[in-house]
This record gives sequence, C-alpha cells and structure tokens, in this order.
Amino acid sequence: MDKPQAIVIGAGFTGVAVAYDLAQRGLKVNVLERGPLVNGTSGRTHGLLHSGARYAVDDQESAIECIDENLILRKIIPQVIEPNGGLFVALNESDMAYREAFIQGCEDCHISIEELTPRQTLALEPNLNPKLITAFKVPDGTFDPLRLAMGFAASANAYGAEFHLFCELQDFILDGMGNVKGVQYLDRSFNQVKEIHADIVINAAGVWAGEVSGHAGNIDLPIKPTPGVMVAYDQRLCQRVINRLNEPGDGDIIVPQRQMITIGTTSFEADNLDYIPVFDDQVQLMFERGCELIPAIRHTKERGAFMASRPLLDSGTKGRSLTRTFKCIDHKESDNVDGLVTITGGKATTMRLMAEKTADLVCQKLGMHVSCQTAEIPILSYRKFHLAQNREVA
Amino acid sequence: MTQTWHVTYEIFRKKGDQPSHFDRFEMEVDPDEYVLDGIERIWAFHDRSLVFSHACHHSTCGACGMLVNGVEKLTCITSIRSVTKDGGVIRVQPMRNFPVISDLSVDMTDFYQRMESVGHQPVVTIGYEDSKGKFNTEDDLLRLSDCIECGLCISACPIAMTTPAYLGPAVLAGAQQSGDLNPCVLELVDSENGAWRCHSAYECTEVCPSNVDPAWRIMDLRKKLVSRRIKKFFGIK
Repeated sequence: MDKPQAIVIGAGFTGVAVAYDLAQRGLKVNVLERGPLVNGTSGRTHGLLHSGARYAVDDQESAIECIDENLILRKIIPQVIEPNGGLFVALNESDMAYREAFIQGCEDCHISIEELTPRQTLALEPNLNPKLITAFKVPDGTFDPLRLAMGFAASANAYGAEFHLFCELQDFILDGMGNVKGVQYLDRSFNQVKEIHADIVINAAGVWAGEVSGHAGNIDLPIKPTPGVMVAYDQRLCQRVINRLNEPGDGDIIVPQRQMITIGTTSFEADNLDYIPVFDDQVQLMFERGCELIPAIRHTKERGAFMASRPLLDSGTKGRSLTRTFKCIDHKESDNVDGLVTITGGKATTMRLMAEKTADLVCQKLGMHVSCQTAEIPILSYRKFHLAQNREVA
Repeated sequence: MTQTWHVTYEIFRKKGDQPSHFDRFEMEVDPDEYVLDGIERIWAFHDRSLVFSHACHHSTCGACGMLVNGVEKLTCITSIRSVTKDGGVIRVQPMRNFPVISDLSVDMTDFYQRMESVGHQPVVTIGYEDSKGKFNTEDDLLRLSDCIECGLCISACPIAMTTPAYLGPAVLAGAQQSGDLNPCVLELVDSENGAWRCHSAYECTEVCPSNVDPAWRIMDLRKKLVSRRIKKFFGIK
C-alpha cells in the first residue's frame, strides 16, 4: 500500500465532501471529528438547497456557485432532497423596489425564474399572505443535513476512507522545519491519546478552523463566525421554500421539511463558538417576520429553536454583506508551513465544489494527476455509512 | 432568560472496557430550553470528554435520541420543563437495544442496514403518508418521509429487548411504508423475527416523535402478509 495519506479534520459538510473526493482520487483518507457527524454548523442548517437567487444581486460569485452546485446535488444525491423549488414573495413597496435588481441579478447568474400573479401564487401556496403583490418561482430545494453528510461519507467509505468520530485534535506532529507531518488526538470514546501520520492534513473545521491552524503556529485565517437563530414549527404550511423578495435580512426565509417548517435567520457576531445560546428576542423576531409571509404560523406550535454559526470569509465588511464564497489556503504559500491546507467559507450547497478545489490543490501539491469525478457519480445510500473499523463497540 | 431553574443532570458514562457509572452536573437552566442544550453545555463548559450524538437540533435528523428519566426522547425538542421540576433531576442514558459506542452515543450501523434492506423510501410524494394508507402518489411534489430513523421505537420495544434478531418497529414500519414486498423483503418480514414477533405493546407509537405510528404500520403489514397468503392459497395473483 503506497497510497498517499491524507487526514481531514472535521466531519461537517466540507470535511465529508473533501474525504470523498480525495478517496475517490486514490488517497488513503482518515477523517478526525471531535463529535459525531455534522454536530456543528453543518447539522444545524435549515436545510436550504440554494438556487443562488438570494445572492444574485449582491454576491454574484456565490450565486453562480450555488445554482451550478444545486443542479449537481439534485442529480447525484436525490435521496436527501425535497426538490420542490421556491418562491420570492413581495408584500410591500419596499419589496417591489428590489424587483428589477432581482430579475437582472438572476439573469446575470443564469438562475431561471418565472414571475407569477398573486392568484397563481396562492393556488400553489394557499397559506401565503393573501396581500402579496408579486412572486417569482426559483429552483430552490431543501435537504436533510445529517443524511446529506452521511451520503458523502458513505461514498468516501466505499473508497476506503475511515471516519474517526469523537476524536479531538490535540496537536500537530511537526518536523524540524515546522511542517505538518501528522496529528495527535484524543479518542473521547476510550479517553486515549493516539497518533496518525500523513503526507497532507486538510483543515476543514469551519468556524473552528482558526483553532485548528493555531496548532501549527501563528496562522491568521480570514474567518468571521456569524451565528444566526432558526425556529421550527410543527406543521408543513408550505410545500416550497418561501423567501422575502428584498435585500437579505432577518427572518427572510421559510423552509419546509418533512411535516415542519423552519424560519431563518438572524446574523450577529459571537465569541464562544462551542456554545451559542438561543436568544428569546431573536426567536420572537423570527416569529413576527415569518407571520408576515405565512400568517397561519401565528396558530402553529413551536417545535424547536436552535442556533448555528456560519464560517463566513472576512472581507472587511459586516454580517449580511460578507461573501458566501469559499477559500482554499495552502499554508506553504501563506505561512511557510508545508503539509497543511485549510478550506473554509462557502455554503452547504457548494460543499462538492469546495471539495473539488481542495482536492485539486492537494493533488497538485502531491504531484498527482487525477481529475475530479464527483459531479458525475451518484452518491451511495446514506445508510451505507459506517464508523472506522478499528473501533470496538462496547 | 425568562426563568431560572436549578436542576441536576445525571449522565451515564462508559469508556472502553471500564465499568459504567453516572456523573452528576448541577446546572442553572431555563426550563424552556431543551434537554440537549443542557447536555451540550456540560460538554462545552464542564467535561470535554462527554460523548453524545446530535446534529440538526430541530427534529429532522434523528441523531439525538436518548433515555431521559427512563423514557425515550428526542432530546433536541424535549423541553426541560416537560421532564423535571425546579430542583429536580434529569437522568440521561443511551438508548436501549443498541450497542453503546461511549457515554450517550449508540451504534446505529446495523439498524440503518436493516432500513436499507426493507426498502424504506427516504423521499416520498407529499400526500404519500397522510392519514395512514390514503396514498396520493399522483402528486409531483416530494418530501422527506416521516421516519427520521432515530431508533427511539426500538429502544422502547419490549420485544427488541429480548433479542437483537428481532427487526424492530422502525424496520417493519419501513417495509410497510415502502409497499414493495419483494421476495427478499418478504423473507425478512414474514418470519419469526419479523412482523409476527411483535406483541402489540404499542410502546413504539407512544415514543415516536415524528408521526410514523409504527405499531399501526406493523398491524397493517400483518394484514398485507395474511392477504398474500390467502390469495396464494386460492391461486390468485
């Protein structure tokens, strides 16, 4: 066995997709995750498969990435997707003022949209606010977060990748030059410290990527953790994703899934990322904003409120205006630390593309000439995912 | 915080071959927080070695099923108020009838494989599972199916406790939901460890957090199996 060895740190969406892509290209991959699959930001998404329309006016690079990847994920992993599309709904003159820019933005980003009359819109979604002025159909969808990750992880398993869950990074193993040669980690299931060596380590720890890279020296990552609250309600009041036709803002989206809907989201900055409380005033804001779009939410039981922290790229601006695109960093170039690559930023919808770009960089560094095939091959059933073989179950 | 309660979490601990025990954590909580929020805070601020499973925090993924004060709960939507009182105890254990990985996490691999082998459909048409059996497969809109494979029904099942060979409620309900009783599925469900082993205790339906009603589905599956046998006896296809 002379396969090049890779370690992926983090089993969120990025980590599982990177593991799959690298394993598919012929690397021996070990994934270290301090908790279970997608226990951080990835799991706690409302599950929107972005059409890109939300970013078509202000962040067109992300919008184009989203629509391209949306169409690919529908094709390769339909088992976890509700593919019913979405609506952008205008309720007042301020919303209507955004209409022209929205149409132009979607055209620029090749996102196919269709304007509907209020009557047509209410025929599709009878629970919408009857005072709506106009609506656009967009190719949104929704996904189950855990199963999306399990699908990619199962496909990675099939190419020999091993997932070490509940294994927390303690330190990098460095050579005399400060280059990364492996990792030392705590297996929380056994309270034992273990080591793995590798040719390359990929830091896919999302909002925690700065903590991870900090073990390799004084590395500064351009990540701005930006949490938001989401609130789930106990009835499926719409079949499609409902967006507010306006600038991105608090409570501008309602995402249906199974027999629920989830309203999202807010945007603020946080210090401690390991536990971010749910603030009552934000839950109340979601409720009020949601009721503007679907008044029946007023009579629907709250099912759960939760918080997640987006790992947005720091471009010198604040919250909502931060870009949703991603960045892949070779620390040899930026910090003269070889053997370590960081991938961060991005959206769940663009997970496959983020992995492709990361695997391209890793293969280039290792002198491998293998191209990416993940856009064409269907993902295996999420139920085929399994834990690393060396784990003894008590 | 609107209100503060003082509660004690008693958490089941198990590491490798070491004997299991309970650890106690005194916590200030908002009674409207969820049981999982408290467990996550114990991990974040008191004990980083705690192992527990969770992902979506809004009941769509099924990862955070545990035993809370002796009853199967999806901890992300179970409020602290609903399981204890101010000054009370929240005793948290891993689900029954699954192998324990460590502390509160169990291994669901075999369960997932069984769900796969009976052909449970993860995506169905919008009206597919409404009102039990009233199918509307004409609908072109799709949604993720009701069963979130949390395993609570298997943990609560008195028969699953007697033998790991019993397929268990979620798996039998999955076979009923798929509707495709091909020879491979029939061999699994029309057998000693399949639909006939259930004692109709209805504990599964009692704890299901996701509108599946597995007990009803097992009874419906039995009807389908009996009807197949009768038709076969009279040579009707």
